[in-house]
Amino acid sequence: MMKERLQEIREKALSQISSTDSLEKLNEIRVSFLGKKGELTEVLKGMKDVAVQDRPMVGQIVNETRQAIEEMLENTKKELSSKLRELQLKAEVIDVTLPAKKNNVGHSHPNTLALEEIKKIFIGMGYEVVEGPEVEYDYYNFEALNIPANHPAKDEQDTFYINDKIVLRTQTSSVQVREMERGKLPMRMISPGRVYRADEVDATHSPCFHQVEGLVIDENITFADLKGTLVEFAKEIFGPDTKVKFRPHHFPFTEPSAEMDVSCFKCGGKGCRMCKGEGWIEILGCGMVHPHVLEMSGIDTEKYTGFAFGVGLERIALLKYEIDDMRLLYENDTRFLKQF
Amino acid sequence: MNTSLNWIKAMVPGLDEVTDQQFADAMTLSGTKVEGYTAYNKNLDKIVVGQIESVEKHPDADKLVVCQVNVGGSTVQIVTGAPNIEVGSSGQKVPVVLEGGRVAGGHDGGALPEDGIKIKKGKLRGVESYGMMCSIEELGSSREFFPDAPENGIYILGDDAEVGSDAVAYLGLDDTVFEYEITNNRVDCYSVIGIAREAAATFNKPFNPPVVTQTGNSENVNDYISVEIEAEDLCKRYTARVVKNIKLAPSPKWMQHRLMTAGIRPINNIVDITNYVMEEYGQPMHAYDYDNIAGKKIIVRRASEGESFVTLDGQERKLTESTLMICDGERAVGLAGIMGGENSMITDNIKTMLFEAATFDGTNIRKTTKKIGMRTDASAKFEKGLDPENAILAMNRACQLIEELGAGEVVGGVVDIYPVKTAKRHIAFEPEKINRLLGTNVSVDEMKDYFKRLEIVYDEAANELIIPTFRQDLIRTADIAEEVARFYGYDNIPTTLPHGATTMGKISFKSRVEDAACEIAQFCGFSQAMTYSFESPKVFDKLKISADSTLRKTVVISNPLGEDFSVMRTLSLNGMLTSLATNYKRRNKDVKLYELAKVYIPSDNPDELPTEKVDFTLGFFGDGDFFTMKGVVEEFLERIGMRNKPSYDPEAGKPYLHPGRQANIIYGDTQIGYLGEVHPDIADVYGIGERTYIAVIDLSKVTPIASFDRKYAGIAKFPAVTRDISMVVPKDMLVGNIEKVIEKRGGELVESFGLFDIYEGEQIKEGFKSVAYTISFRANDRTLEDSDIQPVMEKILKDLSDMGIELRA
Repeated sequence: MMKERLQEIREKALSQISSTDSLEKLNEIRVSFLGKKGELTEVLKGMKDVAVQDRPMVGQIVNETRQAIEEMLENTKKELSSKLRELQLKAEVIDVTLPAKKNNVGHSHPNTLALEEIKKIFIGMGYEVVEGPEVEYDYYNFEALNIPANHPAKDEQDTFYINDKIVLRTQTSSVQVREMERGKLPMRMISPGRVYRADEVDATHSPCFHQVEGLVIDENITFADLKGTLVEFAKEIFGPDTKVKFRPHHFPFTEPSAEMDVSCFKCGGKGCRMCKGEGWIEILGCGMVHPHVLEMSGIDTEKYTGFAFGVGLERIALLKYEIDDMRLLYENDTRFLKQF
Repeated sequence: MNTSLNWIKAMVPGLDEVTDQQFADAMTLSGTKVEGYTAYNKNLDKIVVGQIESVEKHPDADKLVVCQVNVGGSTVQIVTGAPNIEVGSSGQKVPVVLEGGRVAGGHDGGALPEDGIKIKKGKLRGVESYGMMCSIEELGSSREFFPDAPENGIYILGDDAEVGSDAVAYLGLDDTVFEYEITNNRVDCYSVIGIAREAAATFNKPFNPPVVTQTGNSENVNDYISVEIEAEDLCKRYTARVVKNIKLAPSPKWMQHRLMTAGIRPINNIVDITNYVMEEYGQPMHAYDYDNIAGKKIIVRRASEGESFVTLDGQERKLTESTLMICDGERAVGLAGIMGGENSMITDNIKTMLFEAATFDGTNIRKTTKKIGMRTDASAKFEKGLDPENAILAMNRACQLIEELGAGEVVGGVVDIYPVKTAKRHIAFEPEKINRLLGTNVSVDEMKDYFKRLEIVYDEAANELIIPTFRQDLIRTADIAEEVARFYGYDNIPTTLPHGATTMGKISFKSRVEDAACEIAQFCGFSQAMTYSFESPKVFDKLKISADSTLRKTVVISNPLGEDFSVMRTLSLNGMLTSLATNYKRRNKDVKLYELAKVYIPSDNPDELPTEKVDFTLGFFGDGDFFTMKGVVEEFLERIGMRNKPSYDPEAGKPYLHPGRQANIIYGDTQIGYLGEVHPDIADVYGIGERTYIAVIDLSKVTPIASFDRKYAGIAKFPAVTRDISMVVPKDMLVGNIEKVIEKRGGELVESFGLFDIYEGEQIKEGFKSVAYTISFRANDRTLEDSDIQPVMEKILKDLSDMGIELRA
């Protein structure tokens, strides 16, 4: 009698479970059979009416029934859950081509991007980045760089004067002198910063622009070292296939002096609009620090030699990012800045 | 400097096989930089000297004629409309482009087409024409250089032109003109001889400068003129000769052609010779009408202060004591080295002239030209500081040309006043030092070979190099090293990297703070701007800055490009607002910019440098408000380790900001900057039609406080307890005051607090606002109980109610 009842419960439960299609109903079924007032629990409550000798056997059947129901409940729950998850995922399909939600981050100025690259290269080669004043003594900007009063180079650079003794520096080379005076040798430094020349604003000129000066002073520094350093620099900035050409030039504060051209990175040297058909682009001026410049800063020219170079930051930025008008750099139109 | 290659080749005959491009490349690599070159015979093909045999009327066109032209060995028929070829004329020699040939341009003298114009045989109104007679414009030149060419018509060649020969060569157009960039240390290269010498050295070919022969008749120049230099410091040498029986005439074609290549218009034989020698030797000369030189005497002296003088262009010039004058026995006759006087200039009636070739002080000439605002070809040469040895060479060369051209009779002898002869410099020859500087291994013999090409003499006994006077730039071994490097070839010098003690690559702390500013600004959506450091002093009025503000004390540029660029900025706002306005006008939306803007604060002592500091300047319009900007400021301060809460003082007093929406930013006791909404009047002035916010942080103030050190403080183990307070606050009370109370009274238990509601309007009585804060309490060592928090809350609430704040249930 008990046995049949259990069999009945079992079949009823299993049939109910198998026809269930939701987790809620499944739970209801669990409660209706296995809960405190569930059918199986009720049966257990009737155990006291079962003959003592039959109790182990009935008990075993009860357990088996419970196990079977629980097992089925568990399996069905798993099945249902996975089915539901599947449905959920299907319902949640999105159009991945819809627009991104961007954190409108700001952009670096192209000059800064170029400067960061230059800094990385030279810091990696052991150079310290130093700064100097933009409003500078004539002495540091000219005289100590071998450009005495009445030197024609002073006219050429179209200097802005504050008074007889103070100018807006025309070149970051002024920082060279300040660093040499500090006298910490050996010395490897670069000095980026603003410089000023009385040029009217147009597509290729600005009265205010940026240079990066480089200076190395040590024992046995040679022109070959200068070449080697700048070749590395050019390859890092303009790509590993860049070829480099040094031409003799004249600067009052270096001797021998040179200008460096790089092969046009747009046409590879064949000649194009960018290099004006030349295949080469002038990049910077450089040379061995003039012994008189070293002497003026109290450096022993028998022991030490050095090289220096100066590169126009805007020139690098304009070339590298193919910007065709220098004025864009100082207008700060966000449609321009956002491209960097 | 523009120079004809043929003129160079005349002195360096070995260059015949060198192409234009090879020449340009080699010269550039040895230090005489070629900026570009123009071949005069570009697109000139099959152009010969023709002779017109007959000219007949065209049967069907009034304006055309039919010519039979002998082009050497054959006669061709050419139809032309040129007005200077008249019916019935014959015998003229003309340039003829044969059929299949090419000319450079059209007869209108317009821009030259890249590939020229091809000439085919054709029919003009039914009459066949086999080629074309050319105007000077069609040959790619102009009347500027061929003054004898008709304004409109065929260029008529001289009688000496040989029929059938190359007309391009006859006209001197078989030449290429090179433009050089000469550096200011190479004064010698501002001359054909100087460049020819470099070319000979570069290609290692013989150099044959002009051979100057003895000139002059049996008379003695000293009987004609005496010269005295009073201002010896400004005139190192003065040479003079006299030419009589002058016969003015056009100079020969070859001379005209060479002048043309240098961009100089031929005038007459005397002027042309002067110009020719100036180009050839780089030495300017001047010719005076001898009959107008009073007292047969030249005195070189300084002008008197305020003296005035009429130069040969008819302009009156006011002079100062620093101006050097050429005077005769009575008056000034020339502005030394710049321009002669009207009173002694050469006219068409010239009979006898005084020729001057002198060496004036370059600096003085440069200063004078600047002062009187007149620069001439001559002064441009003198400015660079000429070699006194060159003056006499040029003088004698000019007299040689006068005799050769039959332009006059040169009087024998030279007046040569040369107080201190320029000595040749001696430099010790240090080959090892040269190689050590260059990083090369150039042999001594090789070096000596370069020196020889450069006319530097090696004195073996003294082991010294003797430098020619025209190389005033060679002073010490480093200069000699450059000469060696130039001819060894910069390309042949090896590439190495410096070795030696290792140095540390690093950036300064200040730069790290600046980098952090950029980083945070960009994270927050601001793009980096750069604006000029100088601006107009009118900016202060534009920004309503008070008349007595110290900001108006600026570093002033004494020679600015204009008022707009005349003072160094003392505040960074104008650049920012101008950039924002540019964006606004261009309809860019939501514009956020920042700049690391240097400002320049003058020192009280004008001989001291100003203080330069960086204002981290942010500005935006569009999406966001005052508190957006405040957020950026606080993100930045946190990023540079300034983790305490800054305070904000609304009494910032910035006239260019909205009076109710501005604050000074105070960290600890230091005012580090300010922020606010731009005053609507100011926004109007700049033309920004949206609410605009700015913040300025003085990096010189924050850098000493900033720190990139970080310490881990642990993560709280015990839960936080929060309490909300809701208040009715007088409307004009700053919530900052409430926060101060919470901070002060809350003590250590307060972990954080935050405003979660602020409201004015209905349900709140007039003159008040509703404010609600949530306060979070936490201890590191236990879970806080009500009994811990209650006393703290009571203290806070008491203080708040003392301030006239009502607590809401």
